[in-house]
Amino acid sequence: MENSADGVTIIVFSGDMDKIMAAFNIAIGAAASGKETNMFFTFWGLKAIQKGNLTGNSFFGSMMGLMNRGGINTIGPSRFNFWGIGRWMFNQMMKAHKITPIAELLKTAIDLGVKLLPCQMSMEVMEIRKEDFIDEVQPACGVATMLEMAYRSKATLFI
Amino acid sequence: MSPENEATLKLNLEGLLCPIPVVKVSKAVKDLPIGGVLEATATDPGVLADIPAWARTTGNEVIKIEREGKLVRFLLRRLK
Repeated sequence: MENSADGVTIIVFSGDMDKIMAAFNIAIGAAASGKETNMFFTFWGLKAIQKGNLTGNSFFGSMMGLMNRGGINTIGPSRFNFWGIGRWMFNQMMKAHKITPIAELLKTAIDLGVKLLPCQMSMEVMEIRKEDFIDEVQPACGVATMLEMAYRSKATLFI
Repeated sequence: MSPENEATLKLNLEGLLCPIPVVKVSKAVKDLPIGGVLEATATDPGVLADIPAWARTTGNEVIKIEREGKLVRFLLRRLK
């Protein structure tokens, strides 16, 4: 195993827009500093890298897919979301302050070579298939892969 | 200004906020030859801390960074 220990690994557990924004911001900063940067998306975090189509096979899985569709533009902030009004409000405020929109952050991260890895176990639980993710997402993996990335990293964050 | 600090590339980062200035600087520096100098202007006061931090991380040199009113102007030399 290569042991340069100089990368950055970000475990994205949250599916909240504000936390995802912070995660992408950090990933972009690391990649722009020439660091190998990996983002491991697990549980609610998977929502950020979905295309936004309906998901699920079982009753519960389909309900979850319907109520929380996923996709970078549909996720809401961790506070003051109020069924989507908060997302709209935050987007307006970000626009007013000329902050880069979250979809643009995702695109920038991809352009800079940040690797996006989905957690296989969470995909099973939430009934999300690899076709439900945007094309740039890597093949699914598990905790051993995530830990191997962490061992190669100087900074590992859980968001 | 001494000739070795003459900018060969100029970058306008005005109006851009974190993390975009760092992204644009990292891309622009790749277009410079080793030893080449980049001159940039920004309005985000965050770059005063971020550009030197980026340079320390990547092994490049900040020749000068200063605030002129609302503008931040800096000179960077590519070393790597």
